[in-house]
Amino acid sequence: MQHVSAVREPLVTGGKTLHDVTQDICYQVEAKPNIRWMAALSVALFFLGVFFYSVYRTVWYGIGEWGLNKTVNWAWDITNFVWWVGIGHAGTLISAVLLLFRQKWRSSINRAAEAMTIFAVICAAMFPVLHMGRPWLAFWVFPLQNTYGSLWANFNSPLLWDVFAISTYFTVSLVFWYIGLIPDFATIRDRAKGTIAKFSYSMLSFGWKGSAKAWSRYETVSLILAGVSTPLVLSVHTIVSMDFATSIVPGWHTTIFPPYFVAGAIFSGFAMVLTLMLITRVVFRLEDYITLEHIALMNKIMMVTGSIVGVAYITEFFIAWYSQVEFEQYAFINRATGPYWWAYAAMMTCNVITPQLVWIRRVRYSIPLTFVLSIIVNIGMWFERFVIIVTSLHRDYLPSSWAMFSPSIIDIGLYLGTLGLFFTLFLLFAKFFPVINMAEVKTILKYTVDNGPTYNPKKAAHAAPAPQPAIHGAPASAPVNYNKHD
Amino acid sequence: MTKRYALGIFEDEDVLLHAVENVRAAGVKIHDVFSPYPVHGIDDALGIERSRLPIAAFFFGMTGLAFALWMQIYMLGFDWPMNIGGKPHIALPAFIPVAFELTVFFTCHGMALTFFTITGLYPRPKVPVMDVRATDDKFVMAIELDETSSQFSRLTQLLRDNGASEVNQKEMTTK
Repeated sequence: MQHVSAVREPLVTGGKTLHDVTQDICYQVEAKPNIRWMAALSVALFFLGVFFYSVYRTVWYGIGEWGLNKTVNWAWDITNFVWWVGIGHAGTLISAVLLLFRQKWRSSINRAAEAMTIFAVICAAMFPVLHMGRPWLAFWVFPLQNTYGSLWANFNSPLLWDVFAISTYFTVSLVFWYIGLIPDFATIRDRAKGTIAKFSYSMLSFGWKGSAKAWSRYETVSLILAGVSTPLVLSVHTIVSMDFATSIVPGWHTTIFPPYFVAGAIFSGFAMVLTLMLITRVVFRLEDYITLEHIALMNKIMMVTGSIVGVAYITEFFIAWYSQVEFEQYAFINRATGPYWWAYAAMMTCNVITPQLVWIRRVRYSIPLTFVLSIIVNIGMWFERFVIIVTSLHRDYLPSSWAMFSPSIIDIGLYLGTLGLFFTLFLLFAKFFPVINMAEVKTILKYTVDNGPTYNPKKAAHAAPAPQPAIHGAPASAPVNYNKHD
Repeated sequence: MTKRYALGIFEDEDVLLHAVENVRAAGVKIHDVFSPYPVHGIDDALGIERSRLPIAAFFFGMTGLAFALWMQIYMLGFDWPMNIGGKPHIALPAFIPVAFELTVFFTCHGMALTFFTITGLYPRPKVPVMDVRATDDKFVMAIELDETSSQFSRLTQLLRDNGASEVNQKEMTTK
């Protein structure tokens, strides 16, 4: 039995019954696509076109199409890679870590956040694969015997660790997400009218019937997957950070990188979850499920991780000075005052100062401010990766080879293109899949629902739960509603 | 083979839980209970044994770990040793990340496949269900009926007494 605190805000508002939850979430899947969704999809598809064009140019003409030069040989591609992988981390944090900590509020947002993880990792994977120059040989990263004999992969290389980390992360997230989707697909299947819908959702639901034994196993599997995903999500960005930390480039060679990158990943991921959720809740009328309380809680996590990132920035600077290594010191002075000072300033402002505004209650509970904040954090986190990568490379040990980096149109096209790819996938998900985990929301409904007014007048007629039949021998079954709106 | 079931439809999980206990106490064997979400405490009420999946998970994880270590040690240590700056061929600390990732990979996918197999979940074009509302907002208790005609009316009474909002009969064809 869950503990219900009198001071807790309800997790689902609007006095929903179990059936209301099914109706509200399935509505989007069953209704004809609305005009706003179509408009959004056309924009996303346009940028997907930009993506395909940029990929074509990159593959056909080679990496020379990018703005890289001999000195700055990693720039936007790896920046985008780290940025996208980082965004993905919030989804796993919500689905795995918050599950282990029994944070019930995650129920309304975990589905969409996990979808975000999967799509973000797909976008991320594009960059290293394209950077190979010959993406059709991408399978060479796996330890396979080659035609010349058994020259295997080098397991001492962090880039190879990355291959294992990202592919494990992607497949594990996908399986975790799909297992969660099965009961909800069954709900849609049992409501489906059309032949195609009935067939598709029957196939997708894997024959789920909701029997007691299946649920018991489902919960065990979810818990174990959450248990292994938790260290996994920490390991993924740790390994990403080792791509840099194990090198001897000043500004990269720091032991603080793994925790600093993981915090940054969760920080940017929560910003992206907020951006997506704020749009989704309005477009799909899910204000009762993704409440202001949810937004405030996500804001708090963003603020905490943002502060960790801020401390990491300062620590890095301090250690550079304290190490007395001339090159290390120069790398950091150059970051802040060199030709890329503007990128450093953007990073500091967006990532260190902005999240501190969340201390103010009014900001935390304000939808427009949160939206702006989340966008700013996303921009700031992109600049963080850009600053780390480009400013450390552009002035190396040999001043005669110092150079500047400027992106080519293809660089920009690829970046915007992956945004198009991401939003295309997310919009398709939001239309055809249940965006909120119905089964999980139903489990918390009885203990958190409030009987406040519903936003939707047509629901008001059947907002009150059906009266329970008289039972003898059973204890009082009507849940006590502890909430301050009564 | 066609089997007949009595379906008790319940509106609330706590009512269902008590009904399950009382029906079992009355000596009736419950075929299965279908619910839109996991009802906590129903495992004990139905007498479902604790799942052994965590033990399977442990073995999958150990398989992954052993495979990853064997793969890296065999490939870099024995099959094709490479001299990289005179460093040891079997550099165990550098093998930790891949070993960890493969442990997780094997655990997760082994678990998922085991779960699908033992629960009988696989894509199929048609799913026969007892009551379509069981995935929406109703809790359905299914009791297998034998040939005696009076059994259904007795069960109806028992289920109604324990809070069922309706009691139906359903024929299911099983292989």
